[in-house]
Amino acid sequence: MLLLDLLLMLLIAYGFGFLYYGLYRNLSARVHGRFGPSLAQSFSDSIKLFVKEESTTFGWMFYLGPVIMASGAVLNVLFIPFLNQGESLQGLSSYGNLIVVLYLMVLGPLGNALGVGSSGNPFGVMGVTRGLTRLLALELPFYLAAIGVMIDAGSADFGIIMQAQSTQSNMFAHPLLFAAAFISFLGFMGKSPFDVVGAPQEVYSGPATEFSGKFLALLMSQSAMFSFAKLLLMVNLFWGGADHLGELVAKTFVLFVAATFIGSVYARFSTVQSVEFLIRIPTLLGIVGLALL
Amino acid sequence: MDEGFIPYQQSLEDEEQSIKSTQSVIEQAIAWFRAHSMFVLAYGTGCGAIEMPPTFTSRYDIERLGVVGVATPRQADILIVSGYCSPKTLKRVIRSYEQMSEPKYIIGLGSCTINGGMYWDSYNTIKKLDDFLPVDMYVNGCMPRPEALIEGFVKLQEKIRANSSEAGYIQYRTRYAHYRANQERLFGTQVQPRYEENFAGMNL
Ligand code: SF4
Repeated sequence: MLLLDLLLMLLIAYGFGFLYYGLYRNLSARVHGRFGPSLAQSFSDSIKLFVKEESTTFGWMFYLGPVIMASGAVLNVLFIPFLNQGESLQGLSSYGNLIVVLYLMVLGPLGNALGVGSSGNPFGVMGVTRGLTRLLALELPFYLAAIGVMIDAGSADFGIIMQAQSTQSNMFAHPLLFAAAFISFLGFMGKSPFDVVGAPQEVYSGPATEFSGKFLALLMSQSAMFSFAKLLLMVNLFWGGADHLGELVAKTFVLFVAATFIGSVYARFSTVQSVEFLIRIPTLLGIVGLALL
Repeated sequence: MDEGFIPYQQSLEDEEQSIKSTQSVIEQAIAWFRAHSMFVLAYGTGCGAIEMPPTFTSRYDIERLGVVGVATPRQADILIVSGYCSPKTLKRVIRSYEQMSEPKYIIGLGSCTINGGMYWDSYNTIKKLDDFLPVDMYVNGCMPRPEALIEGFVKLQEKIRANSSEAGYIQYRTRYAHYRANQERLFGTQVQPRYEENFAGMNL
């Protein structure tokens, strides 16, 4: 039963991850005054890449990188409960808590760094360095907000955190913590102005530069699933989770559209600017929010 | 068969139809996905390159067809060679093409790739790209408008869906000696590694 549940969670995360990515391309096309590709475009892309031939070899560590990233994303999806009640779609959440999830979130970037490093491509390495530098700054406000939420609920367990919000969601109870977490969430999603990692015109595709075919497809799939996991995390921590699947879809959708629109109107920060910004504004918001608890 | 261009064109299209009907459902599905997701490496060799940015941006928005630009040959399905090539450029174009993973296709943009165009008597450009690399689709004109390039992509989509064994990348493997001989004649001793060496030890 548990296995079936886990499989269902992965399928939902995969499907919605890609659907949201298609939506992102579509919405940003509309912002640019274009029509953009169809919603299912990302599915076509990933299937095409999965059946494409592989032509690069850089040793086994290069191939292990995407695999580590994908396992990080899969574990993240499995450890975050999809619903705030009932038995189904809870995954492994009874075996782990928010701290485990926060720990798993850095597994992907580290795996990526190992894989890309062994390819020796300068653009890949530049992308990874940018990513890890940004990650340091991103984590600070997000962890502050997560600590605040944990103190408020008196527990790191997702069930208890969501239950504590049954009268009022954390977004309204602790707006400063929400603001801090939301800004760093934008960065985690790789949206502008924090999209320094794979910045075209600067470092080509960044970390993905040397990946082709199946491994690129794996990278795309894991990033789609991982972004769904991040949406879930925000919904659970600040919007009280979801009672049923419909509510989950609605809440993640709203969050996703907000992130997309904010991302489409801002120009990219440089790496240093984004670190400075993240350390100043959201971190300050987080500290003040913690003090007001 | 009747003589002339239109019956000849018709016979080519009939052939594509018959190839399509021999494919299994899965092959057809894969061909459909390939045709609807084309990652493009746009190599701006000549002046025709100036028509590519409008094709990819808001005005003509080719992303509607599933076409997006990528920054590296590793991820690309389609190489656009946009115009005349000097031997020096051609070396890089060949290198980029050989780094792409199969299936891969080439679009020759502009008259210069077909017969030299207005550089037909230049001492310093090649006349016919197809001698050196297998071109899958030509878009003629000097310079071709974005509409023409879009038309080229639509035709290429049909060709990809037909999944023919005539596709350029298969030609490049099976008739490599021909292409290589032409490349060596042009570059003399300063040639790049042989294409097969890229695949040494790989089980293809
Ligand atoms: S075909 Fe015309 S526009 Fe294109 S590269 Fe040649 S001269 Fe330039």
